[in-house]
Amino acid sequence: MPVSPALRVTPLNSVHRALGAKMVDFGGWDMPVQYSGILEEHSAVRNAVGVFDVSHMGEIEIRGPEAAKLADIVTTNAVHKLKIGQAHYSGLLYEHGGFVDDILVHKVADHHYFLCVNASNQDKDFEHIVAQNHCDAVVENNGARYAQIAIQGPKARPTLQKLTAVDLSGIKYYWFTDGEVAGTPARIAHTGYTGEDGFEIYVPPAEAERMWKLVMDAGTEFGIKPCGLGARNTLRLEAKMALYGHEIDASISPLEADLGWIVKLDKGEFVGRDALLKQKERGIRRKLVGFEMSARGIGRDGYEVFLNGAPAGWVTSGGPSPTLNKNIGLCYLPAEKSVPGTNIQIMIRNQPVDAVTVETPFYKRAK
Amino acid sequence: MYPENFRYTKEHEWVLADGDSGTVGITDHAQQELGDIVYVDLPKVGSRIDAGKSLGSVESVKAVSDIYSPVSGEITEINESLADAPEKLNSDPHGGAWLVKIRLSNPGEIQNLMSAADYQTYVGAEK
Repeated sequence: MPVSPALRVTPLNSVHRALGAKMVDFGGWDMPVQYSGILEEHSAVRNAVGVFDVSHMGEIEIRGPEAAKLADIVTTNAVHKLKIGQAHYSGLLYEHGGFVDDILVHKVADHHYFLCVNASNQDKDFEHIVAQNHCDAVVENNGARYAQIAIQGPKARPTLQKLTAVDLSGIKYYWFTDGEVAGTPARIAHTGYTGEDGFEIYVPPAEAERMWKLVMDAGTEFGIKPCGLGARNTLRLEAKMALYGHEIDASISPLEADLGWIVKLDKGEFVGRDALLKQKERGIRRKLVGFEMSARGIGRDGYEVFLNGAPAGWVTSGGPSPTLNKNIGLCYLPAEKSVPGTNIQIMIRNQPVDAVTVETPFYKRAK
Repeated sequence: MYPENFRYTKEHEWVLADGDSGTVGITDHAQQELGDIVYVDLPKVGSRIDAGKSLGSVESVKAVSDIYSPVSGEITEINESLADAPEKLNSDPHGGAWLVKIRLSNPGEIQNLMSAADYQTYVGAEK
């Protein structure tokens, strides 16, 4: 199948094609959805190690004497509390409190912050941040300067450790180190989007193909598998990690999305703070909650949720959980009903099918 | 790859007719496109179906796909084993993982469907 000229490609596109991956248009990017099969790839990450090309993700860098000030103005989490080498999950909000994007903020140096943002939002995010920049700071849209490879699973550390002199056991969860991987400068972050232990490395695009092959070789003894967006989605859903366009978007606030922990209302002014304060004062009307199907059927993204026979919300993400062997999902429900143990019905092909709200995350790795 | 004695639809179902009885399934191409199949929804025995109408659905990890009946008639049997082992549709779509048996109300409909050779050309062109 020829690549549509409109689709953007990562530096690993030809590697995916050579591996026989099934490719899809993912937000304008030609990306692998699966190689050997979603279930097999999912299992590799839960039990051994998997490698993902996430080079489509955007990178935005903020530099300058007031880089921290700008980063604190545009994001919800407390940037000024980050130490050099530390990262956190955060939100980029509109004034009305809805999400522009969900992002990772890394503090590289006192005057340098590195943001990892969603692929299809990177240009929008960049413009949003630039529009708020009344500080002594420079904002750079640097997605094209980085390839990103995620190595995830209980064997991610021994796999990557073979390729670097950096002591990976010394990098705490949600911390990162700038070092070398296979002789190439790399940002090595102990982060991930799978609910499993693992690392995400940022490398120059010209090195991506060599790096991918070295990681695959290093992981061979553990049964490493290349993994696509399909497994990435089932893994992150089990771990209840949000996906932009599903759990969150411009119409949803972090409080509604059960992401209150990334909002630091006491840190001072930031874009969206007033709206969130009001929301907190008045109480939110809807909230994200997990569910499990109790009857046969799979509740999927966009399906309507009924409560006592009346429409009450919608499924944001849903599907089979390969690890738990259950059909699970996330949905919005009226806030007072978004507690575990509420009986709901998911409308599946015009038939109400029983489900029940449950505690999340669905899956939590043993530490 | 595609059995000579089957007839095929553009929506990637197959039917094997024997007198006024037809066995229906999805093709190997269909299962490949879907990926890991995790759920199958089939009609009730005794229900009537028209050719081209939805017979049920097959779900993979990622997506739901309608199954369209290649023929008209009454459902006489469904493959109960798929409820507990939907993955058989990935491993044996042209054999043990048949979906339903139908008493054909119009056996002539079979002639409207593609032969194995035509179907092979059709899926080759789709790629």
